[in-house]
Amino acid sequence: MADAMSAQLDTAGDRPVAGGEVLSIAGRTMRSRLLLGTGGFPSLEVLADAIAASGSELVTVALRRVDPGARGSLIDVLADAGVRLLPNTAGCHTARDAVLTARLAREAFATDWVKLEVIGDEDTLLPDAPELLIAAEQLVDDGFVVLPYTNDDPVLARRLADIGCAAVMPLGSPIGSGMGIRNPYNISLIREAVDVPVVLDAGVGTASDAALAMELGCDAVMAASAIARAQDPVRMARAMRAAVEAGRLARGAGRIPRRRYATASTPDEGLPEFGAIT
Amino acid sequence: MILLNGQSSDVRAGESVTAALIRLGLDVDARGVAVAVDGEVVPRAVWDSFALGDGARVEVLTAMQGG
Repeated sequence: MADAMSAQLDTAGDRPVAGGEVLSIAGRTMRSRLLLGTGGFPSLEVLADAIAASGSELVTVALRRVDPGARGSLIDVLADAGVRLLPNTAGCHTARDAVLTARLAREAFATDWVKLEVIGDEDTLLPDAPELLIAAEQLVDDGFVVLPYTNDDPVLARRLADIGCAAVMPLGSPIGSGMGIRNPYNISLIREAVDVPVVLDAGVGTASDAALAMELGCDAVMAASAIARAQDPVRMARAMRAAVEAGRLARGAGRIPRRRYATASTPDEGLPEFGAIT
Repeated sequence: MILLNGQSSDVRAGESVTAALIRLGLDVDARGVAVAVDGEVVPRAVWDSFALGDGARVEVLTAMQGG
């Protein structure tokens, strides 16, 4: 059984690598397949440098109460970086709050894109699936380009895609946990279950996690804490960029299957016979 | 009394959303700002004309690092 599952993971099967040369979400194309979260950076200066190092073209922002004493403008930094904004609904626990937050974000940032988060549990920050579906349906009906943060559940992902979500963003493990991809089989299944882009979101801890996501067939990776809270965020941004590119290349190249025993890479033909030691 | 971002304010009933924004030190043409009053979006186009009712809960929001 374990071998059969490994074999499934080890090959791309008959499916082409999804998405072609560029990432395309709702008709918008991006050359970078790394989405960047802006939370947790020690300063706006480091954030700006990390965006540049990551090559990311799409970054998330949250919506919070105006702080009259805030230093520097996040909006200005992101405008200077030339990136597109992906507002999130972080902190929302109900479909109602998430829908209202998305509408406010549309008003504030003049974008109908939204990374939809509806959280169901304070300790794990795991999505609340029923509320997520309700909010996604309302926002799609309202003309939003909806990218839902979802559980690593292929059935839920398919439901979200069927509703009309522009992509699905399954978690590798809980937000900010750095635990990597705890159920790679499900991520592969999600890639097979939907026709929209799959963006691995949450749980990425280091570059190899991002590479694995791409090897599993994800179309893009979202990294936030892994970069922002690294000891050297700018260097980690560069590492993530390289990892996403490497994983994408490896996926396209088609890895060898895992085998229990060795397979010689040097042929036996022409092997000399030296005779017995006398 | 108007509740502005969760705190009591000297904004009076009948004043506009724009008046509330000015209390927070914002320009009316500030980028990246959105307003909700009593849980409903108030579009920028009507900030000047939208009169706040007594006891209104005004949320003035902007971009924060997140996600």
